[in-house]
Amino acid sequence: MTTQAVKDKGAEHSRHELLARRIVSYVVLAFLCFLCLFFFYVLIINATRNHYQIQRGFSFLPGKSFMTNLKNVLADANIPILSGIKNSLVVAALSAILSIYFSALTAYGVHAYDFKLKKIASAFIILIMTMPTQVSALGFLRLMTNMKLTDTLIPLFLPSIAAPTVYYFMVSYMKSNLPMEIVEAARIDGSGEFHTFNHVVLPIMKPALAVQAIFTFVASWNNYFVPALILTSNKKKTLPILIAQLRSADFLKFDMGQVYMLIAIAIMPVIIIYLFLSKFIVAGVALGGVKG
Amino acid sequence: MQAPAKGTKRRSISYAKWGYIFIAPFFIAFAIFQLIPLASTIYYSFFEYYRSGLKVIGPNFTGLSNYVKLLSLDLPKYLGNTMLLWILGFVPQIIISLLLAVWFTDNRLRIRCQPFFKTVIYMPNLIMASAFAMLFFALFSDNGPVNAALISAGILNEPFRFLSSVAGTRGLIALMNFLMWFGNTTILLMAAVMGIDLSLFEAAEIDGCTPSQIFWKITMPLIRPILVYVMITSLIGGLQMFDVPQILTNGKGNPDRCATTMIMYLNNHMFSKNYGMAGAVSVILFIICAVLCVVIYRSTNEDEGRKKK
Repeated sequence: MTTQAVKDKGAEHSRHELLARRIVSYVVLAFLCFLCLFFFYVLIINATRNHYQIQRGFSFLPGKSFMTNLKNVLADANIPILSGIKNSLVVAALSAILSIYFSALTAYGVHAYDFKLKKIASAFIILIMTMPTQVSALGFLRLMTNMKLTDTLIPLFLPSIAAPTVYYFMVSYMKSNLPMEIVEAARIDGSGEFHTFNHVVLPIMKPALAVQAIFTFVASWNNYFVPALILTSNKKKTLPILIAQLRSADFLKFDMGQVYMLIAIAIMPVIIIYLFLSKFIVAGVALGGVKG
Repeated sequence: MQAPAKGTKRRSISYAKWGYIFIAPFFIAFAIFQLIPLASTIYYSFFEYYRSGLKVIGPNFTGLSNYVKLLSLDLPKYLGNTMLLWILGFVPQIIISLLLAVWFTDNRLRIRCQPFFKTVIYMPNLIMASAFAMLFFALFSDNGPVNAALISAGILNEPFRFLSSVAGTRGLIALMNFLMWFGNTTILLMAAVMGIDLSLFEAAEIDGCTPSQIFWKITMPLIRPILVYVMITSLIGGLQMFDVPQILTNGKGNPDRCATTMIMYLNNHMFSKNYGMAGAVSVILFIICAVLCVVIYRSTNEDEGRKKK
């Protein structure tokens, strides 16, 4: 029948259209992936080549100078890379631990108890969540100077106790994953409130704690603005400051193999963590919707 | 509401105490590390207080003179730079992210290898921004690999000096911001699209809607709250733009200070120990962010109220 013919034609038309859309979307995706990966590919390739090879132009194949570049970077006295890695690790790890523990504690306080100021407290945290910390950086720097805490790592991790975005994630997670019956049961068993939090609530929160620990670690590892204000002596500096130092030094005098190697050292730890946990991290981004 | 089943009134009061104890560390840390510093930042903004050589001038109370100086001098330019750099990165970011979110969630299109694509496009978000900027600086320098590749491919005759041209510098910053954030935005928007009731899409398809009609009439209105959220957080993030232009231009914002952002300006004042001016810049930023927060909170609250009804 004619109606059948029209239908077939329509179906065929839409099949063609679908194919066209599919091709367009794969081409765009491939291009975006190329953009995302290309720069890192060049970084890794150039980190394995020596200065003269790099100056001569770009190559798609790695060179043989990986170990030489690594050795040169580690031996360079102007850029204390080992202490930089150590300082970055200490600050990032402590920030992650403090922020997840105290944010979970705060979230539990708001989630599990009824008290007069509860609504105001939670509204306040949500309100300040989007306020950049840079607006109070001047006062922060002055305060740390007065407290004789400049050029120490303490001002870089202690403020993580108050992390509004982490708190927000924890509260949302508790709302859907922490039944109060469990807490009630623990109370009946004679568990104190802190004990309940540490031994009953925290284990249930593990997935949320892990996601937020990763995000806080990465944010702190990458942080440049505040550490650059606080840290002055070479031995205390974190990796981003060393990168900035590299930029402000006379660039042309540098061994480019070393420059690429240093950038790779700063970036790679996070990438390696990410490659192992990417599914988990991507799911965490979708779940939270809130990140610095 | 959640009072214990067997709880007497006395018992629930004794639990209330724990609420305060548990939230205390957060608020104490917040007060010490953010509230008091904010108050003293505002305080300094009304003083003439800077270092001239080895001499410290002030602090002398000068009222609003710091603000007057700021608004008549450099601030409009730097605020303009910041906004322009944000828009240059944000517009392509939101367009691409919307497109990808729709494609990834399209049941007829059925994009394969989604976990791979998501992993790759989110990766730049985790990169240290300063190292990323240093990498771009090395790659796009006058005799760097990008210029070498363009010349050997015959596209250019001589190196294009990206970092000596206004468009080149701004373009690179925008490109970096785009690369760092479009994956994040895509994942957020995808979550929003997947939250839409599937039967709406099916009904629209049965009624013969084209994909673009479905997008504009169903998807867009329903993800509007998330779009607003993405835009506001991105705007606030844009106002904080620092690492990328700072490292790329070595803190100078050159050529012609076209890439000096608000926070770079603040940073310069802090390093030269001009506390009065640094305070005034901070306060202006604070006011802008506070206004933004309120405006956005209102609009999102309206949306949520409507959705609930």
